Amino acid sequence: MGTELTRAVINGILGGGIYALMAVGLTLIFGVLDIINIAQGVMVILGAYLSYALSVHLHLDLFLGLLITVPAMFVIGVIIQVAFIRPLHGSERTSMSLLASYAVAIIIEGALYLFFGPNYVTLNAPYVNKSISMLGFHLPYIDLYGFALAVVLVAAIYVMLYRTTFGRSIRATMQDRTAAMLVGVDVNRVAALTYGIGVAVTAAGGMIFGASGGGFNPNSGYDLISRLLALIILAGLGSIGGALVASMFMLTLESIVDIWQPNWSIAVFYAALVLVLLIKPTGLFGRQAARAQ
Amino acid sequence: MSGLAPPSAGSAAGARHRKSVGWPAGRAAQAGLIVLALVAVVIFPLAFTNQQVSTIAFLTLIFVCAAVAWNLFSGYSGYISLGHAVFFGSGAYAAGIAARDWHITGTAEFALLPFAAAVAGLIAIPFGLIALRVRRHTFVVITIAIFFIFQLMAFNLTSFTNGTIGLDAPFLLWDPVSFDQRFYYMALTLALGTVAISWLIKGSRFGLQLRAIRDDEDRAASLGVRAMPVKLTAFVISGAITGLAGALWFFFINQVLPQSGFDPLFDLTVALMAFLGGLGTVTGPMLGALIIEPAQQYLTTQFSNSYLSQILLGALFLAVVLFLPRGLIPTVAAKGSGWLEQRRGRQDVPATAEDGDGGADGADAGIGSPAEAGTSAAADAGSGDTSAPAATSKGPAS
Repeated sequence: MGTELTRAVINGILGGGIYALMAVGLTLIFGVLDIINIAQGVMVILGAYLSYALSVHLHLDLFLGLLITVPAMFVIGVIIQVAFIRPLHGSERTSMSLLASYAVAIIIEGALYLFFGPNYVTLNAPYVNKSISMLGFHLPYIDLYGFALAVVLVAAIYVMLYRTTFGRSIRATMQDRTAAMLVGVDVNRVAALTYGIGVAVTAAGGMIFGASGGGFNPNSGYDLISRLLALIILAGLGSIGGALVASMFMLTLESIVDIWQPNWSIAVFYAALVLVLLIKPTGLFGRQAARAQ
Repeated sequence: MSGLAPPSAGSAAGARHRKSVGWPAGRAAQAGLIVLALVAVVIFPLAFTNQQVSTIAFLTLIFVCAAVAWNLFSGYSGYISLGHAVFFGSGAYAAGIAARDWHITGTAEFALLPFAAAVAGLIAIPFGLIALRVRRHTFVVITIAIFFIFQLMAFNLTSFTNGTIGLDAPFLLWDPVSFDQRFYYMALTLALGTVAISWLIKGSRFGLQLRAIRDDEDRAASLGVRAMPVKLTAFVISGAITGLAGALWFFFINQVLPQSGFDPLFDLTVALMAFLGGLGTVTGPMLGALIIEPAQQYLTTQFSNSYLSQILLGALFLAVVLFLPRGLIPTVAAKGSGWLEQRRGRQDVPATAEDGDGGADGADAGIGSPAEAGTSAAADAGSGDTSAPAATSKGPAS
């Protein structure tokens, strides 16, 4: 029992790192653009398929392939923001942006079906099925590498946000868009680049997700996005530290519940979400109340 | 209604209504069109007995119900729900489970329709009490989360819902042609009833309160609108109708699976229909459903490739959001009234209807009746604040 529990906690923390990376991207996009990117889930899958195509056709190592897929996803993100998100304005902007990103999601999903078919695939590399013995547990290398990558990338995002001028303009835009504009921040540029960054991290998240999970197909995006949405709402929209904590905590809780009730473990996400919102509608780390309807 | 107000009245009320085409000739033409459309939809199944056509016709009517029901909550109140498949699936599952456990066979199954509506309505109460505490993005995400909880339950409560196998509807001893015709008329009745309810709500004090909430919930509350009961009532009505449509759809399709009853694309499609036609209008969602559902079915049969039709649906959605953000009905109404005003040589009147719900439909809602003066002020104040400060200030001036 004890070892099983410890194993669940370790798995939860390792998995939580990847989710934290994807959730940070999502909450960053929300903070700057005031939209929820429903397409984030399917973009993770798109990132995974890009890695898949590179490794199958070009025999490129998964981690090396990220050097191509991350910039590619960044460009895709910027294009989507400029083409479909930026033109939206007016009183219905909130719902419009949700629907636009949902539409982008089903277009990407349909395109993935067309190119790759509905069959489940997994990412393969020499280290994917190997594991290391540590403290009496078998830890898969891919999970360890993935966790390390997630830590590095989240740290890089933190450094960017708090140590660079661009990061300061992102934070300024998150705090007050109009005021940021007044002091000379090019808000449109910040929005496009933030959307690009938020989408680019999904390339890394997708690669780890595709290599460590039990396979994926174009439909896997729904499961992912529902978890990610639950995580960032739970954390409090726009709170980056909150997204990290919530990801670690929820993934650990899920893998503990998984010991007894594998079918219901994902319900933990939604149950926790509903429970937290009943008590604190702004989420655990949400600073501001929801802006006016 | 607005048609009773003399168009030449110089009062503020008259000014507010001048956008509607309230002339007797226009009214008569409108009534004639409605009668013509009704005749057409009634004789439709007698003219087309092709099974493919009648299936599409039935599904279209189901989506008319669903889109109008979705709009009478989300369109009027501004709370965009992406979880209405919860009610659709629950209605279907309630009917299926009741038929299985109570051994209901044949035409007796239709007695379960009100039961399905009641179950969906009851589910809407706790759903709404949780979700309606939060606004905007958070509300949308909560509806998505609750939707996934229900889909998960349909998959995993195997002894109750049959899990992945799904449920079968009772068998009906009708020949195919009359099967389709009878279902068509049932769906038609339901669709017309839903449109009537939506129209009644829009013109009522209740509908006005909903729109006041949409424009500025805090201000509406401070003016005496009890926001939670109003939102919840609309949510329950909307959910019950969607559940009823789900049960009828289930009897027609004969089978419900977790992924077909609780389908994330359902949520999106219904929202798209309302947005395409015009969010918050009575006729818009109906028009949207009449355009999108046949188009989608046609594309599916044409390409025999559901992925391509999915991409096209997404592209259509993006096009609507980008190029027609206010929807067909308000856009056309604004263009039309602008054209009429121009012909009368009154160019000083703005061509666009800027009161937030847009167009003839909005102006038709009977905002000006004296009994509703209090809440009307709330709605006006709200809309003036959020969407068109110029519109309110112009009213008394002219």
